[in-house]
Amino acid sequence: MAGLGLACLIAALCAFGYAAVAAFHGARTGDRRWVDSSRRSIYAAAGLLSVCVVVVESAFARSDFSFELVALHSSTTTPTLYKLTALWGSQAGSLLLWAFVLSVAASAVLFATRHKHREVAPYATAVLGALGVFFAGLMLFADGANPFAQLDPAPAEGNGLNPLLRHPAMAIHPPMLYAGYVLFSIPFAFAIGALITRRLDASWIRSTRRFALLAWIFLSIGIMLGARWSYSELGWGGYWGWDAVENASLMPWLTGIAFLHSIMVQERRGMLKVWNVSLIVGTFALCLLGTFLVRSGILESIHAFGESTVGTPLLVLVALVLIGSTALIVSRLDDLRSERRIESLASREAVFLVNNLLLVGLALVIWWGTFFPLISEAVTGTRSSLAAPWFADYTTPLAILLVLFTGIGPLLAWRRISPGAALRIFSGPLAFAVAVGVVLAVFTDAAGEPWAFAMFCIAAFALAGLAQEFARGAASLRALNGGSYVVALGRLVGRNRRRYGGYIVHTGIAILFIAVAASSSFQTSRDVRMMPGESVEVEDYRITYAEPSADIDPEEQKLTFAARLDVERDGKRFSLSPSRNYYSSNARDPSAGPIRSFFEGEATSEVGRREGAKEDLWTAMQPDLEPLEPLIAAVDKRLLRRLPEVGPGGPTPEQIEQMREFATAQGDAIERLAALYVANPLPVTFRINVNPFVIWLWVGGLVAVAGALIAAWPAPAARRRRVSDVYAARLAKELGRA
Amino acid sequence: MEIVLALIIVAALAWFVARPLLPAGREVATEDPRIADLEARKEAKYREIRDAELDREQGKLSPKDWARVDAELRREAIEILKELDRVRAERKGGSQGE
Amino acid sequence: MNPARKRQIRLVVALTAAVLLATALVYTSFNASSEAKSPSELLSGAVGDGTYEVYGKVVPGSIQRDGADMTFEIADREDPSVKIPVEYTGQVPDPFRDGREVIVTGRLENGTLVAEKDQLITKCPSKFAAEAEADPEHVIIDESLDGS
Repeated sequence: MAGLGLACLIAALCAFGYAAVAAFHGARTGDRRWVDSSRRSIYAAAGLLSVCVVVVESAFARSDFSFELVALHSSTTTPTLYKLTALWGSQAGSLLLWAFVLSVAASAVLFATRHKHREVAPYATAVLGALGVFFAGLMLFADGANPFAQLDPAPAEGNGLNPLLRHPAMAIHPPMLYAGYVLFSIPFAFAIGALITRRLDASWIRSTRRFALLAWIFLSIGIMLGARWSYSELGWGGYWGWDAVENASLMPWLTGIAFLHSIMVQERRGMLKVWNVSLIVGTFALCLLGTFLVRSGILESIHAFGESTVGTPLLVLVALVLIGSTALIVSRLDDLRSERRIESLASREAVFLVNNLLLVGLALVIWWGTFFPLISEAVTGTRSSLAAPWFADYTTPLAILLVLFTGIGPLLAWRRISPGAALRIFSGPLAFAVAVGVVLAVFTDAAGEPWAFAMFCIAAFALAGLAQEFARGAASLRALNGGSYVVALGRLVGRNRRRYGGYIVHTGIAILFIAVAASSSFQTSRDVRMMPGESVEVEDYRITYAEPSADIDPEEQKLTFAARLDVERDGKRFSLSPSRNYYSSNARDPSAGPIRSFFEGEATSEVGRREGAKEDLWTAMQPDLEPLEPLIAAVDKRLLRRLPEVGPGGPTPEQIEQMREFATAQGDAIERLAALYVANPLPVTFRINVNPFVIWLWVGGLVAVAGALIAAWPAPAARRRRVSDVYAARLAKELGRA
Repeated sequence: MEIVLALIIVAALAWFVARPLLPAGREVATEDPRIADLEARKEAKYREIRDAELDREQGKLSPKDWARVDAELRREAIEILKELDRVRAERKGGSQGE
Repeated sequence: MNPARKRQIRLVVALTAAVLLATALVYTSFNASSEAKSPSELLSGAVGDGTYEVYGKVVPGSIQRDGADMTFEIADREDPSVKIPVEYTGQVPDPFRDGREVIVTGRLENGTLVAEKDQLITKCPSKFAAEAEADPEHVIIDESLDGS
């Protein structure tokens, strides 16, 4: 099947290349037939890449180790779901995913706009085709990036998927991020088309706004899943560590929000044109940079899986995108002049502008911090890195300002708001924020953490303002049509999806930031070393290490040491069982130490956790394995003596029998080790965290994504026509009168 | 077997892609970019009018301010509609002349 | 005030804010960052206050635990006689043991490296994915096991 896949990949490369050339030719000569043909060629590329994906995935499903990709990233013992998701655990697989999503998204946008954008679309097709050529070309010509590379002879067993990635959140996190990255290429391509043809009005925005919003939604889901994974799988207790690859996904997310807001200003007021094209170019460059960071291994990161061969070409592409786009924007400055000026600072567009600056400022800070190791190496010659506190120093005040303007924006009107109206609108939310502040200061110790306290008050202001918007909108609809409040609320959102969907996103973001402030400022974290039977008190919890347990999973070559913690709080009891999983680093090379190899490879934590509306009790365990050291060394030595020396001619049948015996002995030894662990427990270091409000992080994220989906949902065509008709009729009447 | 399958796929797609270029190919009708632009502006203008109404209902715009803004927006909308009619008529006239 | 002048003032204010932010960013990042140093560089006395990423090898027999706290020594990679004591609390990576290459981030206090919480990285002797490519040997063993 590899031959079919490779043929389809080569054909896809040709299809992308033909699309780019034919679209460009069609655009220059105005010959529509070439443009139509180029669009079809993009569809063809999508079809071909689908075949490629099916071929690779079926190889994963069948555990066909003649595929190098499958042999390196999967094994017969990998659970079926993770066999399929192993595709994006690798460089070649994620490039294939990139190209595939690109071809599908490009087909969707070109199909949707096939009757429109006679001038812009051909150039956009050319840009998308060129991007496709780049990624398909990488797979075919870069070292180790070909998903169809073959191994001959095929090994009998594969390496298996990195155990850290065997988690449901990790199964969908990478494709979500990639989908987000790729979808931003659509507005980017149309922006380039608009620049080339000087059609810089709002029509390219109108056609691609939804893609930008979808890209943002995918990025949001991807980021939230990553945070969730970090919180439940990595034993350090947090959901965000300012890791280089995490940062890489956050940057386009931030500039994406800025873009989604500032295009509204351009649509309505004809302003910020230069800003908008620059933002989308920057966002797309950041997306490419994100892809580059995961794959390059240039910065220390938990995500950088091994060395990469595609770093340099990706970096060249980023440079090309930035230089080319900048030159294009500069040459079109005359066409990008604003049609209007901001009338008043007390207007929605002014607040949008301020929020844009804050978002871009945040992205810049994060960019600087992420690339600081490279910057400092270039400047001083030694590589220095920045830790989480540095990021927090900058992002905290900026985030508070951001939430403040998130609250102010919806309260203002476009153009200007009169002082009287402003007073009416702002007094309620302000009073609520002050009341929340007073209550928090009097009844809790929140005031001890000034930044968190400020965030709580400001988020309260924002939430109250949003609630007021919903309430007033529903009330006026009810006054008009009657009916219940809930129906009016539903109708309000349904009729004004973009506006109220956006408000729902704001609500989610405000909730999310309350959770971030609370969980980062009021976390209790204790590291305690305990033997079974010992207890510790953390906040209101009394936690007893009840008993150890051990488990072996021969399928996955996994040894698990677990603990049962009995927790008591206000007379209520429950149990948690954190565990530590050790994966044999080298199941296929026992000579590294048949037992030792379990403790040298990957280890993952399963967190023992109880989630609640107010706080999570979060526990992770780490047994102190030092007392086992002499035993492991002795057993390894004894076992290795039984391993036969295999000559260059391959093992003799007798040796194969010996190896079988060896494998059995190894299994027995591991089982005895597990039993020993239970019988003679080792001291275990527990990390016990009380994390307030973390659950609201996930709630806020879900609310934001739901709101964005509402805003992205197309209004039913029938009603849209009716509304337009009503306006057209009314306007026509006035036209007659004028 | 694989080669045959690959060849069939490639040949089918090549025909699909080349069809618009063949003598029998038909051009997909496209909107005049001027019309597309005006439509986008019209839609944005309508949205502005509705936003202003929402803002008045919610007390962000005083009735006096709203009347001023609304009149201005409507005037602009009418200009766009007139322009649209003009371009459409021009197109029709042009295509009849062809 | 006429609108043009107002715009000018706004532009100046915005630019000033941007320049201030940029300066702060550059200044604090060079101050707050931790440079990578070897124990001998650190002990040569030529370093100021601040945090450092110190890399070296764990001196065999030096690891001592006291509850959740731990002390050990790391030796220079080039010159193993140069050692620096480390005080550490937090998560201990599983592959951490005598003789391993580690990176510890912390600050120097009276000749002792006081590590920041959780800032201990142990380099794995074998990396999960890289090793199959590096050593095709074990593939052969496995194949023959299955092929019989």
